Amino acid sequence: MSRRLCGLTTRMGCVTTFGDVTVIATESLSKRFPRVTALDRLSVDVGPGVTGLVGANGAGKSTLIKILLGLSPATEGRAEVLGLDVATKGGAIRERVGYMPEHDCLPPDVSATEFVVHMARMSGLPPAAARERTADTLRHVGLYEERYRPIGGYSTGMKQRVKLAQALVHDPQLVFLDEPTNGLDPVGRDEMLGLIRRVHTDFGISVLVTSHLLGELERTCDHVVVIDGGKLLRSSSTRDFTQTTTTLAIEVTDTDEHPDGTGAVRDALLARGVTTHDSSGLPGAGHILLLTAEGEQTYDLVRDVVAELGLGLVRMEQRRHQIAEVFKDSDEQRKEAIGHGG
Amino acid sequence: MAVEQSTARGAEQTRIHNIGYRNYDGPRLGRAYARRSLYSQSLRGAYGLGRSVKSKVLPMLLFVVMCAPALIMVAVAVATKAKDLPVEYTRYAIIMQAIIGLYVASQAPQSVSRDLRFKTVPLYFSRPIETADYVRAKYAALASAMFILTAAPLLVLYVGALLAKLDFEHQTKGFAQALVSVALLSLLFAGISLVIAAATPRRGFGIAAVIAVLTISYGAVSTIQAIADAQSGDSNAIVWMGLFSPVTLIDGVQTAFLGATSSYPGGHGPSAAQGIVHLLVVLGLVAGSYGLLMRRYRKVGL
Repeated sequence: MSRRLCGLTTRMGCVTTFGDVTVIATESLSKRFPRVTALDRLSVDVGPGVTGLVGANGAGKSTLIKILLGLSPATEGRAEVLGLDVATKGGAIRERVGYMPEHDCLPPDVSATEFVVHMARMSGLPPAAARERTADTLRHVGLYEERYRPIGGYSTGMKQRVKLAQALVHDPQLVFLDEPTNGLDPVGRDEMLGLIRRVHTDFGISVLVTSHLLGELERTCDHVVVIDGGKLLRSSSTRDFTQTTTTLAIEVTDTDEHPDGTGAVRDALLARGVTTHDSSGLPGAGHILLLTAEGEQTYDLVRDVVAELGLGLVRMEQRRHQIAEVFKDSDEQRKEAIGHGG
Repeated sequence: MAVEQSTARGAEQTRIHNIGYRNYDGPRLGRAYARRSLYSQSLRGAYGLGRSVKSKVLPMLLFVVMCAPALIMVAVAVATKAKDLPVEYTRYAIIMQAIIGLYVASQAPQSVSRDLRFKTVPLYFSRPIETADYVRAKYAALASAMFILTAAPLLVLYVGALLAKLDFEHQTKGFAQALVSVALLSLLFAGISLVIAAATPRRGFGIAAVIAVLTISYGAVSTIQAIADAQSGDSNAIVWMGLFSPVTLIDGVQTAFLGATSSYPGGHGPSAAQGIVHLLVVLGLVAGSYGLLMRRYRKVGL
């Protein structure tokens, strides 16, 4: 109940097919270019499921994917994908891994079917299997009759689906999705995020998805890795993120009994020991209450309070986090750590 | 219970429509197979097969134009009961070099510039194949397409010659020599034009540059050769000048080793030693093209 209220309808960890196996493991992985250090002693373990890789542009996300595909040698350190060393087993890794690039990569003058069949064969699927898997995969990503038309006439959302389909067509064990929501409108974003979630829950394929929007990944991923300047900033399960940092926004209706519904809720919450934040300066200030969700019980508490007062709950949503907040948090944590240490 | 039954029936009816995700546990044929697939896709693509109707027009038209004179020659030879074909087998490609140049100029960019322009290359390299596989598949495919284009009219001539009951031994020898010559020509032209086409993601530039290098160099070299022939008739100078255009290179090689009559102005042909230099330059260009392509694609990566 509480889960559904807070929008987390996903069942985390239910479809884990590999047990406790790590899908990706890096050990003090570094990549230095003549003038730039793209990755700086990055050590991170990624398990099965959907993992978000968050970082600003130039944080080293794409470099990491390149190394993990065995296409670019690391300057230092080592990495394993599906238990295979990237330095020596690149070909074997690429056979079992799918990759969806950030940029456009589709020729406009062929149909989605032709293109994906070709890509399936490039992954080693025999001709008949390539055609069958293409039809299946395109259907699963939501492309139907249009798949016979040239890609040039597709919308951005459809193109993203074709890109996803070519990454999934050979039924990989893991896919790297580089900024899959780039250029999509809000509805398209939500659809793509839902699709990514399904790649794991329905298809049983682990996902590493990059984005520069943390909030977006929070809703989709089981685990989030944040890198900045090639360094690991944070790696934790999404549950930890939501438990420690979620800010809830609440909006309620007014009734005759409580002409100022918002104020009534604020007081009632205060009486139960939950303080609300100052929401002035935000759009809809005065009608929106902000509070920190300590965990699932907070959602229940809000629901109960609103129900007791007989008000209508117009909205209760998680405020999206920007990556800056993680930086702020981690700065604070670092300071705390230094404080404790000293 | 009743509900369960009806849903069970419903499921029976809709089962074929509602297939969930199926995992693939069939064979994965790996790198060599992927390379072969890329080769056959590129080869078909060079004639517009598996592509839009529009992209079939030019290669097919050029193929027809390439074969038409051969058909006419055969028809004439049969009708007039001639003792030999009007042209040598080895001469045919030299006469038709403009068509060959047009074909390779249009198809080399089609083969590689598109992948660069639409950034499809990373999708290839995120799969089991390596840089070398991509380059080899593309090179082999274009060279094969060129060989089909240049060998088909020769085959027409040969079959026609046999139908006209011309001397079997003489015809077979000429046909075989010409096949070796056009094979060399295909490798050389394909290599040079792929290097040029792979340098730019713009197809238009690619086409123009390939035409410039193949056709204009031929025009320039044969003009200078003609002037040299008219002024001094210095056979050596004329032959050495032949090194500077792909068409004249092939002409020199086949004159020296494949029983062809030189089409250099004045009919000057290379000596055996000069022929070896011609051959070495051809082989060097082929190897150099391959090396340059490898270098180019090592940089492209993801």
